[in-house]
Amino acid sequence: METNFSKIKAAGRLLSSKQMSCEELTKRYLAAIEKENKTLNAYVRVTEEQALAAAKKADEKIMRGEVLLPLEGIPMSLKDNISTKNIETTCCSKILQGYTPIYNATVWELLQNQNAVLLGKTNMDEFAMGSSSETSCFGGSMNPHHTGHVAGGSSGGAASCVSGNLAVFGLGSDTGGSIRQPASFCGVVGLKPTYGAVSRYGLIAYASSFDQIGPITACVEDAALVFDAIARQDPLDSTSQGKKESASASLTKELKGMKIGIVKEYFEGIDKDVAAAMEKAMETYRHLGAELVECSIPELKYGLPVYYILACAEASSNLGRYDGIRYGYKVPHYEDINEMICKTRSEGFGAEVKHRILLGTYVLSAGYYDAYYKKAQNLRGVIVNAFQRVFDACDVILAPTVPMTAFERGQTQKDAVKTYQTDICTVPVNIAGLPAVSVPCGFDGKGLPIGLQLIGNHFQEAVILNAAYQFEGATRENGAFRSVEMGVAL
Amino acid sequence: MKYELVSGLETHVELSTNTKIFCGCTTDFGGEQNTHCCPICIGLPGTLPKLNEKVVDYAIMAGLATNCEISHISKMDRKNYCYPDLPKAYQISQFDMPLCKNGYIALSNGRKIGITRIHIEEDAGKLVHQRGNTYVDYNRGGVPLIEIVSEPDIRSIDEAREYVEKLQMIMRYIGVSDCKMQEGSLRCDVNISLRPIGSVEFGTRTEIKNMNSFTYMTKAMEYEVSRQAELLDEGKEVTQETLRYIVEENRTESMRGKEDANDYRYFREPDLVTIEVSQEKIDRFKAMLPELPDAKFTRYVNELGIPEADAGLLVKYRRVAEYFEKAMEGTANPKVAANCIIGQIFRRVENETEKEAFDIALPAEYLRDLILLLDGGKIKMNLLKSTLEKMLDQGKPATDFIKEEDMGGIDTDTLRQLCTDAIAANPNAVADYLGGKEKALKSLLGFVMKNSRGRADAVEAEKLLIEMVSASK
Repeated sequence: METNFSKIKAAGRLLSSKQMSCEELTKRYLAAIEKENKTLNAYVRVTEEQALAAAKKADEKIMRGEVLLPLEGIPMSLKDNISTKNIETTCCSKILQGYTPIYNATVWELLQNQNAVLLGKTNMDEFAMGSSSETSCFGGSMNPHHTGHVAGGSSGGAASCVSGNLAVFGLGSDTGGSIRQPASFCGVVGLKPTYGAVSRYGLIAYASSFDQIGPITACVEDAALVFDAIARQDPLDSTSQGKKESASASLTKELKGMKIGIVKEYFEGIDKDVAAAMEKAMETYRHLGAELVECSIPELKYGLPVYYILACAEASSNLGRYDGIRYGYKVPHYEDINEMICKTRSEGFGAEVKHRILLGTYVLSAGYYDAYYKKAQNLRGVIVNAFQRVFDACDVILAPTVPMTAFERGQTQKDAVKTYQTDICTVPVNIAGLPAVSVPCGFDGKGLPIGLQLIGNHFQEAVILNAAYQFEGATRENGAFRSVEMGVAL
Repeated sequence: MKYELVSGLETHVELSTNTKIFCGCTTDFGGEQNTHCCPICIGLPGTLPKLNEKVVDYAIMAGLATNCEISHISKMDRKNYCYPDLPKAYQISQFDMPLCKNGYIALSNGRKIGITRIHIEEDAGKLVHQRGNTYVDYNRGGVPLIEIVSEPDIRSIDEAREYVEKLQMIMRYIGVSDCKMQEGSLRCDVNISLRPIGSVEFGTRTEIKNMNSFTYMTKAMEYEVSRQAELLDEGKEVTQETLRYIVEENRTESMRGKEDANDYRYFREPDLVTIEVSQEKIDRFKAMLPELPDAKFTRYVNELGIPEADAGLLVKYRRVAEYFEKAMEGTANPKVAANCIIGQIFRRVENETEKEAFDIALPAEYLRDLILLLDGGKIKMNLLKSTLEKMLDQGKPATDFIKEEDMGGIDTDTLRQLCTDAIAANPNAVADYLGGKEKALKSLLGFVMKNSRGRADAVEAEKLLIEMVSASK
């Protein structure tokens, strides 16, 4: 089955057929951002000058009659933790205020090589720590489907701008669900690639052994196109391996005979509307010829503690460098260097970040290391093996992305632990380094989107994206998706 | 003294790779502040380390040269601590899986000092205090180091010194470091404790940080040993602490006690992959290892008949040893080449740095050819010596200074004639000699040597002169 939902291709057609110049297209997006960003707070920095310069370059190429590269001239966004040379990059933290990188992240280098048009940097939870983007020093990002609800997090701005048609696509990062959860909340597609598929060079680290950059897009095909563009083995990232095969070229395979694992633990305690949407999704897959296999991963109950112990431990180390000496925020008044560092960190970091630094420092401390860090590290191995057991019998695993729909704004700050629990369906994938995609599969009673998560074995992006693509083709025009009436229509 | 010293050393050796351990920046010493830096070695957000393979190779060589086992699998860890010269707030090092372990260094007294482990890590930057401000220079940040940890096997200050000297010699031999203490490319932390002679248990130890010269290391150890001995004599306890040595006052001072010890919160460096070293690689490196100073020393003494003192001087620097081996190749008596180097060439390369570089104008082959002339009976020892001086001045072969007709020496009659001439031309010297000034003979001998253009055998000439002068009485 072939679908025609690609916004990247639609925009590309507009440009190459000269129906619209890239400058005109870019200006429309910039105007839409000007209008809607006040409400959505998706962008924390708009890069008009760079965008128009890239657009001009694309237009010149079109005028010369040259063929455009797949992402050339396409207006897009980058999460504010992806380093952009000469463009301030803050992780939405006060402590990085005024920090302008002197080098480009590898993903941005790759997209720049294609002459993609960067509209701006998107909002996120401070240092990607959070589930609503409300820990951002710029305030939370709102959900285009219902602006009283959050866009999710931590890549809330990326999901919000794609859902609100303020960018054709965006790059986010996913440490414990930060691409998939906001994609689910905002009714768009979010792909968390296999750990190592996309270079992390230039991604400001939260938890290095979990972090992975991936696309947030309007449809599955676009996710595949962007993934193909950014998945490269990078000599600057020792943990990177690149992709196994082209994802966009593998999208039209039938699902007949595909074995989809239904891991019962993923369905425990999920909201009623989400459960109903999952039932419907399973039904769709049966119709598409897939075979549903019931299975169990009891070890999933360790997912949250393992994730929060290990991710915070790494974060406590990764965030040690922000001391006000070399870049970013520095308190104006201090007696000596210790006070300077102390005050800078106290004022520069928000509450959630401090919370996780403290937790991470604690679990690594002498006397506690064995009880927490070491145990969690061992359990990480247990979870990895448990997934492999399921993948011995199944091709993909189907699960909800989040057990609920988008929170009301302000709700998450009230109970940190309760908020952590909403990551229950997304973190296991990061623990095991697996690829997973969230694809829209319906709405709750309030009209808030629900996401379906498809998890694959390592480097099986092509398999999960094809499964998502077939599902999208069968359901998108049957209630799984609603476009939001704002921004630029393509 | 009624106490026995128990000491172990942690030695940091800067590796002489061209580039830093995790980025492509140069490792050159000096340079304008913060010019040997890049986003990676100043730890800018989002950058990732990339392990320089050469560093692993050099560390393997260091391990093999110190009789260590090389780990097939090892990994990097983060050592977390906050200091302005450490831009990531953690040092990438190795914690529980070092690259090399269980080696030793043999001392001249026959004792072996165990090497617990050798691991690789990055150096920190440097704080510079100027005009009441403190600045950071990150040029040194990310320069590769190996940390060589010894067992507490050292029992005297002399042993400590010899251990470090041996390490320095070996590291220089295998070419992994220049080990210049004054430039900080070799520095030691010294652990010291005392125990009553005959006791098996260790006493409480202190650690003196960052010794960067042999003299200060010896002085600091002497001071610390007597300080601890005094405490023990008074029935007091030694406090476990980290000390710094104050050069100006020749004393140690506490930096921090046991309670203030850093909790480094080590954990595996997630940005780097496992280091795998194949047996094939280990074997290849073993085969590539040069003959080490100890082995050379034994060979020079036992097989070449070089006296121990001279052999020690020859093996100390690899380039000297190599020069010697080239110069003696094919010659009848290796002692001649050894004497030429120690007696004549060393006078031209007086300090240790010059000896290490051993950058002399004269190729070893020229010296060998000169010695072969002696072996072939074409010249005498004294002509060899004077010619060698000229060769060293100009870097040219012996044939540039000795004419064909000068070779082969001179016959007894000619020598007798030369002596007669000398006696006739120097009546004062003859008188002096006969008057009891034995030294006066030297000027007669000089006359003979000069007029024979160096061909005369000095020993023979001297004998003949004495005979003739005495006869003329």
